[in-house]
Amino acid sequence: MRAILLTAALLGAQLALPAQAKELLNSSYDIARELFADINPLFVQHWQQQTGETLTINQSHGGSSRQAQAIIQGLRADVVTFNQSTDIDILHQRGNLLPENWRERLPNNASPYYSTMAFLVRKGNPKGIQSWEDLTKEGVTLVFPNPKTSGNARYTYLAAYGDALQRFGDDRDAARAWMAEFLARVAVFDTGGRGATTSFIDRNLGDVLITFESEVNNIIKQYPDLGLERVVPPTNVLAEFPVAWIDRNVARNGTETQAKAYLEFLYSEPAQRLLASYYYRVHHDTVKAEVAEQFPVTELFTVEAVFGSWEQVNREHFANNAELDRLLAEGRRRR
Amino acid sequence: MKPANPLNSQQRWLRPVLIGTGVTLTVLLLVIPLVFIFVAAMSAGLGGLWHNLKDPDMLHAIGLTLFIAGLTVPINLVFGTLIAWCVTRFTFPGRRLLLTLIDIPFAVSPVVAGLLYLLLYGANGPFANLLDQVDLQLMFAWPGLVMVTVFVSCPFVVRELVPLMSTLGTEQEEAAVLLGASGWKVFWDITLPNIRWALLYGVILTNARAVGEFGAVSVVSGTIRGQTNTLPLHIELLQQDYNTAGAFIAAAILTLIAIATLVVKAFLQWKLARETT
Repeated sequence: MRAILLTAALLGAQLALPAQAKELLNSSYDIARELFADINPLFVQHWQQQTGETLTINQSHGGSSRQAQAIIQGLRADVVTFNQSTDIDILHQRGNLLPENWRERLPNNASPYYSTMAFLVRKGNPKGIQSWEDLTKEGVTLVFPNPKTSGNARYTYLAAYGDALQRFGDDRDAARAWMAEFLARVAVFDTGGRGATTSFIDRNLGDVLITFESEVNNIIKQYPDLGLERVVPPTNVLAEFPVAWIDRNVARNGTETQAKAYLEFLYSEPAQRLLASYYYRVHHDTVKAEVAEQFPVTELFTVEAVFGSWEQVNREHFANNAELDRLLAEGRRRR
Repeated sequence: MKPANPLNSQQRWLRPVLIGTGVTLTVLLLVIPLVFIFVAAMSAGLGGLWHNLKDPDMLHAIGLTLFIAGLTVPINLVFGTLIAWCVTRFTFPGRRLLLTLIDIPFAVSPVVAGLLYLLLYGANGPFANLLDQVDLQLMFAWPGLVMVTVFVSCPFVVRELVPLMSTLGTEQEEAAVLLGASGWKVFWDITLPNIRWALLYGVILTNARAVGEFGAVSVVSGTIRGQTNTLPLHIELLQQDYNTAGAFIAAAILTLIAIATLVVKAFLQWKLARETT
């Protein structure tokens, strides 16, 4: 009888504490699945060699705003690897899950890799697209997702707007007129990046698909028979991919050292090389030199420098009846 | 007097038109999509099929979906029978209200249901501190998935049983009680044989809904691969990963589970029919 009770107690204890072997949960954005499926084994091996501890890394992927919401509601992610810093800021503002200065805890604004926007054009670049200005040439139609629902498209909108402001020497009216024309050229506004890809590839809509440079390269690799080509415009926006450990959750899970080491590992040479192979731009000097020809030189401006904080950008550009809605309405009137 | 049947004169052309429409619609809306699922699932060839099937995330998604259904069906079976028994065998104040309440999971969108549970049992809900103290994670873990699935599928058994038990009336049961049968015996020997068909049908519907539920589950899942990712969620995920063949393979498995349920139902029907003759 005693033996049975003891066994039951042990079994119960084991069920109650399933996290005997350390686990990390990485909450990430939609399209990073293949990337982290490759990085995680590298880190697990690295950690095993360094400490002898066997780690399991679990992944959750979704739109990064949605991922942030889940964490605020109690998803116990140890680290986040997002594509919008506002979504990490919100973890501080709404849930106080990490300190406000999370950006300063890791190098390069806590962004181990970055990207920018690029154009995907059809075989032979028949419309001769080289720059943002070319996108409003006669007869050119565009595909990119809806800036209201997609972070990806917000960058496209801001990149185009930033370029227009520069081109027209900060003549706001001229830049706005061009933006209205630019937005009027969009054949379909899908809700997300992958939906826009489907419209461009499967439904054969539009002459140019605008998305992250990394995604453009992946699509070209995915559909080698179509002869699609990549164009990186000479001025462009810097898109950061910020990472952070969630202080509240790592304290609870007892994974603080592992979570920090995991994120620091993203800056190491092997991880940066892997990131570059997924066509993300990286900071590590050796790797950067190796892959230099993969990444056309382009002048990158930050969203903050041209448009102010993301909060301000959202309020002034993407809120209801803000700049985006006004420009769309102007574009419609003109047609 | 001649029988006045307005259909008679038109029947000659009406019948083929009606049958033709029915068959065409069935083929277009049901048969072709079903066949297409399996054709698309095979598009990657046997190698692709095997490669996708042995993926640990896929296996886990299948297991989790069956596990959730395996818990949901018995819970709703017992719960549904109790409620149906309650509202058809007794009259009490609030009886109609209870019947209306049961329909709420049908009336509200599953996403709303998921959100309700999240707000109630999540990290910012009224029970957050309590759950934290006992270190019990409901949302973004399997218990949360079971909770929302039970919620969205709970009306099926009740809705199947209530009309039947109302028409059956209470005479047989009252007679049994007068003859001295215990409550349990009355249920087992009188009520259950009368309602077993409706009960079975309710179970089939509950199972179908539990296996296929997407909206509510998607809200409380957190989509952790290999932990809280059910088969319907896995389909969406594979689709977004450009793995169309994998998505159709997962869809085909979901369809096979549904067909298996129907086969079980048909088998039970056949067996019961033999017993009664």
